[in-house]
Amino acid sequence: MDVLLIHLINALLYASVLFLIAGGLSLIYGVMRIVNLAHGNLYAFGAYVTAWTVGTVAAGAPIGVLLLLVPTGAFAAALLGAFLEPTLLRPFYKRAEEYQLLVTFGLLMILEDVMRFFWGPYPLSASTLFEGFGSLSVGDSIYPTYNFLVIGVGAAAAIFLWAFIYRTKFGVVLRATSQNMRMASALGVNVNRVYVQAFTLGCFMAGLGGAIIVPSQSAVLGMGVDALVLAFIVVVIGGLGSLEGALVGALIVGVVREAGITWFPEIELAVLYLAAATVLLVRPAGLFGRP
Amino acid sequence: MSVPAGFLPSAGSVGRALRVALPVAVLLALVPVVLPQYQAILLAYGLAMAIGALGFNLLLGYTGLLSFGHSAYFGVGAYAVALMVKYLKVGSMELFLLGAIVAAVAVTALFGVVCVRYTRIFFGILTLALSQVLWSLAFKFFWVTGGTDGLRVPTPSLFGGLVTGGGDKITFMSHAYYYYVLVVFCVCVSLMWVVVNSPFGMALQAIRDNETRAEFVGVQIWRYRWVAFLVSGVFTGLAGALWVPLNGLTTPDIMHWTFSGEIVFMTVLGGFRSFAGPVIGAIVFNYLKTYAVGYTVYWQLLLGSVLVALVLSLPTGIVGTAGRLLARFREER
Repeated sequence: MDVLLIHLINALLYASVLFLIAGGLSLIYGVMRIVNLAHGNLYAFGAYVTAWTVGTVAAGAPIGVLLLLVPTGAFAAALLGAFLEPTLLRPFYKRAEEYQLLVTFGLLMILEDVMRFFWGPYPLSASTLFEGFGSLSVGDSIYPTYNFLVIGVGAAAAIFLWAFIYRTKFGVVLRATSQNMRMASALGVNVNRVYVQAFTLGCFMAGLGGAIIVPSQSAVLGMGVDALVLAFIVVVIGGLGSLEGALVGALIVGVVREAGITWFPEIELAVLYLAAATVLLVRPAGLFGRP
Repeated sequence: MSVPAGFLPSAGSVGRALRVALPVAVLLALVPVVLPQYQAILLAYGLAMAIGALGFNLLLGYTGLLSFGHSAYFGVGAYAVALMVKYLKVGSMELFLLGAIVAAVAVTALFGVVCVRYTRIFFGILTLALSQVLWSLAFKFFWVTGGTDGLRVPTPSLFGGLVTGGGDKITFMSHAYYYYVLVVFCVCVSLMWVVVNSPFGMALQAIRDNETRAEFVGVQIWRYRWVAFLVSGVFTGLAGALWVPLNGLTTPDIMHWTFSGEIVFMTVLGGFRSFAGPVIGAIVFNYLKTYAVGYTVYWQLLLGSVLVALVLSLPTGIVGTAGRLLARFREER
């Protein structure tokens, strides 16, 4: 029974981080109709910045200070996003999708090496924070307390985002732009500004995902590319452009991954990809997507 | 009644194509004689990749479908060869090519049925997801595929054992094997030229330009796209089979989706709106990557910047840009 509970918590842990990455990807696609192949690298960027500030710059500081430094990765990713959208992506909105995919693929390669340049080829860890939280007992087993914090942040992000998009004026503008960009523009919405804001918010979420998970793992090169494919599976299952879909998709992928690692490790990844392909076949727009 | 004009490539267009192709083929045949062995081997890599890019472009340039999963078919070709070595103890290149074609037909026929129901971004994501299925299998089933260690492929024998590696592997690869790759390359280019200039190729372009209108004319879109997917995948699988003896090793890396991205990159580099574009793009990309990797650890930064600059300023690629410059030059004269 305890083992099952631990598996469930682990699944929630995966789902929280995946929701942050995939939610950002989905938000960006929903508003701007761009599939950002470099999105995983923004997650990795967030992880690296937090690992750097928490693990290197402020190493040895009290836990409270370290905890306050965790969001630095998220803000750094948001800043990077706010810089990238107007400079690199804006010229491509009127061009074919192929070019958008290619330019973000080029960006993926560039960001991968930018991180190698700044932080070197070796893993960067911030484990003092993770260890500083100690562990809780769940039944007869012990479980790291920090992981509950990650789940909490994931849940809080979901609620905050829902409130932001469905309960604020900015959310109304965002949804209007996503449904009909021309009409929104004709009604006086500054579409360029909405695009920058949406992209920055998406990157902030990805960076936050990297920032909160990095103390329990470590930042390594290639983590972005791996995360992107998992985020793809999430948004394909949930529906590209739908935040509810990203949440449900992240929960499904989290549970399947945890079950896969425990009971069928050889085909765990294959099962995930096949699940995504099956959903695409049955409901091309995903479980929650607009056709 | 005779065949209506335009149904087969006309004698004039064949002649024009041959006037370009023959001198190029002669130049390529001279490479091992004139240039150092290393250059010939490098070019053999480029020619093998060119077959793959040529196949890929039947989908992107002629059918208007952007696949982000062509690494899968390249990998199927390479792994078919490696598994034939491991389990069947085969060493003949002809059997390798046959095995790779059979394996690629089987996989692309199945994947094609699934993928061609969609277009645009959904087609891209679906091909990507399916290619990652194969990647994860190659990655995880290490007792069959060797996992990340990969599988070794020894020097094959050519023409049913008439030509074998014998002594020096480098000499074999830069001469006998280079010519072997060149011959297969020429056959593939000719075949693809006939395909894109046939009524079938014209129908694909009609689908690309206007799906609804093509359907009205009576083109069965689903079936045409499926056959194009099949042909495209088989060409790429053949490229994988030619590539793997050169490399001597196949690892799951060539199945990963980032390698699909490289195939897209080389095709766009050359120019996907022209027949020769992907061929030139693949060869240039191969040089670019080899020298960039040798020159700096930050080769991804270099290639990524090239890609972004290319898409921003020269979207028609090398061939399209060269054509435009040539036209301007002629005008000025």
